[in-house]
Amino acid sequence: MGDHGAVNVMHHVPEAEVEPPNKLYADRVRVYPKAVDGLARRIKWGILVFCLAVYYLLPWLRWSRGPGAPSQAVLLDLWNERFFFFNLELWPQDIWFLTGLLALGAVALFLVTSLFGRLWCGYACPQTVWTDLFMLVERKIEGDRNERIKRDRGPTTFDKVWRKIAKHALWLGIAFWTGGAWVMYFVDAPTAVREFWTGTASVEVYVFIAMLTATTYLLAGWAREQVCTYMCPWPRFQSAMLDEQTFIVTYEGWRGEPRGHGRRLGVTETKFGDCVDCNACVHVCPTGIDIRDGAQLECINCGLCIDACNHVMAKTGSKPWLITWDTLARQAAKKEGTTPPLRLLRARSLIYLGVMLAGMVVLGAGLALRSHIGLSVAHDRAPLFVRLENGDLRNGYSVLLINKSRQGAEFHLGVEGFAGAQMVLPEASGKPAETLSVILGPDTVQTVRVLVQGRPEHLEEGRQSLDFVLRNAATGEKAVYHSLFMGPGGG
Amino acid sequence: MPTKIEKDVITGTDTTGHEWDGIRELNTPLPKWWVYVYLATVVWGLGMFVLYPSIPLGTTYFHGLLGYSSRADAMAGVQEMRAMHGKQMQQIGALSFAEIQKNHDLMEVALTAGRITFAENCQPCHGPNGEGRIGYPALDTDVWRWGGTLDAIQQTVTHGIRSGDPETRTSQMPSFGADGVLKPDHIQQVADYVMTLYGKAKPGVDTAAGQKIFAENCAACHGDKGQGNRDVGAPPLASRVHLYGDARETVVAQVTKPRHGVMPNWNQRLTPATIKAVALYVHSLGGGE
Repeated sequence: MGDHGAVNVMHHVPEAEVEPPNKLYADRVRVYPKAVDGLARRIKWGILVFCLAVYYLLPWLRWSRGPGAPSQAVLLDLWNERFFFFNLELWPQDIWFLTGLLALGAVALFLVTSLFGRLWCGYACPQTVWTDLFMLVERKIEGDRNERIKRDRGPTTFDKVWRKIAKHALWLGIAFWTGGAWVMYFVDAPTAVREFWTGTASVEVYVFIAMLTATTYLLAGWAREQVCTYMCPWPRFQSAMLDEQTFIVTYEGWRGEPRGHGRRLGVTETKFGDCVDCNACVHVCPTGIDIRDGAQLECINCGLCIDACNHVMAKTGSKPWLITWDTLARQAAKKEGTTPPLRLLRARSLIYLGVMLAGMVVLGAGLALRSHIGLSVAHDRAPLFVRLENGDLRNGYSVLLINKSRQGAEFHLGVEGFAGAQMVLPEASGKPAETLSVILGPDTVQTVRVLVQGRPEHLEEGRQSLDFVLRNAATGEKAVYHSLFMGPGGG
Repeated sequence: MPTKIEKDVITGTDTTGHEWDGIRELNTPLPKWWVYVYLATVVWGLGMFVLYPSIPLGTTYFHGLLGYSSRADAMAGVQEMRAMHGKQMQQIGALSFAEIQKNHDLMEVALTAGRITFAENCQPCHGPNGEGRIGYPALDTDVWRWGGTLDAIQQTVTHGIRSGDPETRTSQMPSFGADGVLKPDHIQQVADYVMTLYGKAKPGVDTAAGQKIFAENCAACHGDKGQGNRDVGAPPLASRVHLYGDARETVVAQVTKPRHGVMPNWNQRLTPATIKAVALYVHSLGGGE
């Protein structure tokens, strides 16, 4: 560093010569949504209260299932590998119902989006619901838009500090309650609460509550609209479901433009539209966009701008619904002076509807015809068969018996399709019989070894296909499993 | 050696001062937090170095202040498992078969121990699943020379057959041909008759003479209908399961000069508890009585 002087000289480059660095990412523009009242806002409040009430209270709903079974209406019992939904009990084998339900949910989302745009995003998405809740808290503590902007730009005062602390504390409290309620869907709710506060809950419970508290606080408190704009994949491909017939939040540009304060200021040389360019629609927007720029990626279709604009239209004496729910096709026609009817039923929406109904039929039928008993049979690999003293052939099988019901019952196990076949349980060392009686307890999976014996003369080409049949002695419900009986020359 | 640190006009960052054929490099050092985390890991690593085995010293090594050894850990685990296994095997040795069968967990231990012991000791002759082969009896069927109850199997495994053990099971079929008790044509006749007992006789062969010879010479041990006699280890002849096969030459050969198999007495090699486990396993193969 011998030539220090040169270094100093190089540092004194005039500011004007240094161009601003090229930035890869745009800075976040902080959004200060303004409170608003109106039709869309009231619907949004209603859905918010309903969704949160269901989410927070559902785990506390009790449901009687008899002894030995959890008494929580909705419980995803991962430890015991059972999912409970009221009277429905799903086993790991039934997991396709949940997959089907998710697929059905996706198609339903496609259908709704093709008809009404991003209703889900604007009203029911958890990100929207919790952000709305957090904004409500913020507004109650820090005041409405103008007050918040003023305080944020102002100096650090006691008033500012306590409001910030109170807000974040409340946010964290809600986030903690949210994370705790999530865990209650997996662990019995009263038990979870007791164990949490006595420090006896499992590590997983604490970790998950901490994680979900953190994500709720960060996503709803800090990230907000950035989740929708940058993180969520749905806005990226939802435009594939929208078309010019989709009923979405639109600005009636044909009567709003040219916008301006002109009328009020008495400017006469220009013919102004209904829009007074007050920016009320922008100020209430939770994602901070201008709906007058048209449908765009960031718009979650919540319609708060409609409420805001209607208030202004009432004041200026113009027709309301300058920002409204309408289709792009109708807006184009209205510009020309005609008002064509809505066309909600299009090929697109009918296909989504068809797929959804088909999915519902398949899932419903699967649910209604769901078997409560299960049977699986594995033939012994070696030896394939055993010859007995009297010349009979004997095959060994491992038989898996499942009783999914909550009642223990007597079951009859038999084989069909092999004349004169007899069965025996080697562990019970009973006499060979045509059917075996097995007692299965409630909610039971049991493997038994079964020996089947029969005459070689009854075999076709050294082998014989046969069906194992398991019947519930009381209800008559049965399960069939196809298997083989092997003999010499049958391999 | 830095010569000329300049400010890059596009990014506003200083260069390193080095220049290679006109190419200069921006000086963008590692972030501070990264450097501190790195230094913290170095300190952490030094601590590990002192606490845990680290420096090799020829035939030995520095053991670390905690004296930890993964081998000792593993050996402790093995010891613990052995202790548990030993306790369960002790129970199997002490309890009766009926008591073991009632205890589901103990039964599982016994069947597993039996299966492993069987695979190591019995499988070479009796086959991997006890299916047997020529000269070595099948254990999964309902034909038994000495009995298929748990007690009978335990007795056979413990003391063996013709093994030299004082309590061994033993039987000796006379060499009717080699010792000249029966003439070769008589042996042929009795073979014809024996084949009728298991339904393989050729039609039209007169078996009256053979039946008479059988009644006089064989029925005492094998029974008048060829049903066998477990007290003397005489196998049933009216059976579809045969130790040496069911061909006519085999019957003739056996009557002329019988083969006598030997099973070792496993009390020399296995503990009584292990033998009980093997008996339970063999009994579960399908032929248990």
